[in-house]
Amino acid sequence: MYPMPVSQWRPGNRLLYKISLPFALLLWLLPLLAVLITSIRSSDELSAGNYWGWPQHFAMIENYRVALTQTPMLHYFMNSVLITLPSVAVSIFLASMAGHALANYRFRGNLLVLAIFVAGNFVPVQILMIPVRQLTLDLGLYNTVWGLMLFHIAFQTGFCTLFLRNFIRQLPYELIEAARVEGASEWQIYARIVLPLVRPALAALGILVFTFIWNDYFWALCLTQGDDAAPITVGVAALRGQWTTAWNLVSAGSVLAALPSVLMFFAMQKHFVAGLTFGATKG
Amino acid sequence: MSTTMSEAGAVNPVRRKAKTPLNRRRNRAALLFLLPAALIFVIYVVYPVLSSIVLSFYNWDGMTPRTFVGIANYTELLQADTFYVALKNNVLWLVLFLLAPPVGLVFALYLNQDVRGIRLVKSLFFAPFVLPGVVVGLVFSWFYDPTFGLLKLILGHGIPVLGDPHYVTYGIIFAALWPQIPFCMILYLTGLTGINAEIIEAARMEGARGFKLLWHIILPQLRPATFMAFVLTVIGALRSFDLISVMSGGGPFDSSTVLAYYMYDQAIKYYREGYSAAIAVVLFLIMLMFIVWQLRRLVRSET
Repeated sequence: MYPMPVSQWRPGNRLLYKISLPFALLLWLLPLLAVLITSIRSSDELSAGNYWGWPQHFAMIENYRVALTQTPMLHYFMNSVLITLPSVAVSIFLASMAGHALANYRFRGNLLVLAIFVAGNFVPVQILMIPVRQLTLDLGLYNTVWGLMLFHIAFQTGFCTLFLRNFIRQLPYELIEAARVEGASEWQIYARIVLPLVRPALAALGILVFTFIWNDYFWALCLTQGDDAAPITVGVAALRGQWTTAWNLVSAGSVLAALPSVLMFFAMQKHFVAGLTFGATKG
Repeated sequence: MSTTMSEAGAVNPVRRKAKTPLNRRRNRAALLFLLPAALIFVIYVVYPVLSSIVLSFYNWDGMTPRTFVGIANYTELLQADTFYVALKNNVLWLVLFLLAPPVGLVFALYLNQDVRGIRLVKSLFFAPFVLPGVVVGLVFSWFYDPTFGLLKLILGHGIPVLGDPHYVTYGIIFAALWPQIPFCMILYLTGLTGINAEIIEAARMEGARGFKLLWHIILPQLRPATFMAFVLTVIGALRSFDLISVMSGGGPFDSSTVLAYYMYDQAIKYYREGYSAAIAVVLFLIMLMFIVWQLRRLVRSET
């Protein structure tokens, strides 16, 4: 293990290390704590100038109630849910099939198709902006959750295909051969053999892609206008534009915007990290 | 690379077979599995890239018919002051954002211990990465606020970080490092768990300690993590948009704009779609170096 485990340190240093941890954590998360505390601060206190001190009165319920009822926060939140969940499910489903095709079948152009998926992942999204916006307008999907959903499905499918193809390739090919000998159809091989085996990878990808899409701001700006289909990231930014001085409300909105991704991460940490660091241990 | 591309997938001898009806059936199955993903990817990613490149040679306001102008958009771009400001800021982003991997490594080394509650500590350190960029932007806007911000409280006097052309880009990059550092940290933490313990023990027996041990024994084994941290940080730097949009809107006087934001601004605010596409193409060309590098790695690992 590197660095040397603390259990082998001198007791004084070990103690110092343990004491340093909470302080480092506090310092690192200071911006986050500030938002959390501001979101439960009362408006009176803010107008009195108490921005950073410990709140005298807690107005948590009041602030969140106002953020949820007097602003369209709940509507934005629902839009985000409507955009994100189907996008995650569909892109992963499409990618699992494509990944299977690229990992387990040998056909001409296999590597070329894979290369296109890889290249597509590294393309700066700005080069897609104008044509995708035009396409969405032409399809009549501008300013709808559908327009955003379709784009996210397409873009994330590229990433997921690459990821799943590499994962599926590590599965023993003999399983598929054996199933073929047993007379399984190609669809059965995918649905009964490959899919169950990649379930951990699907979970990891699902959470990862969830946070990518939930946190998206750029495409929401490009493909929506006004409140109709705007997801919560755009909603929070809009909230700040309208309520410049109501830091507590905007903070409450920010907490709501961040909550799903953060909860998702804490609930499924292991999967999340596994997905994120896939490839960090081997070249 | 002794084999050709088409043989690249032939790790397992079973996967290379002559053409038989059975084989044809399998090829059809592969095609059907691939088709939906490939189709939607071509429509929403491949075609738009090509379409943007073509558009960059036209003038277009998004409504009236487009007119061909040759390379006029590019020559205009090369004469625009804002383009050079954006380019300079892009370089600044790239250089400063690359602090994330080394700092992430330091964090990882600090946290790679086995004490009570360390798992929770690691997760909390990582938390900024999962926040939406918009929220990070808002948080740091408040932090910098010259009248009420925490920075004012710490320094004793307010500095309009986001209102001053000299500071604004640094201020935004600093905010952007907050989520990027833990991302690199987690890559390194994963890398550290995969390190060969025997080699470390052997090196320690030989008397290697501290920085020397890190440099000669640990870092070489962390190469995959370093590689990923580097690539993803570079891409992150070139994609920077959310924070700029939320924190400064590219201002003041375009001083904090980058190519990605400049491009968006021209298309959405000024309806200059062709010119905007030209900026996107330049950004794409910069990124192309990394794309080609990635593809070479892919081909090498498959052959």
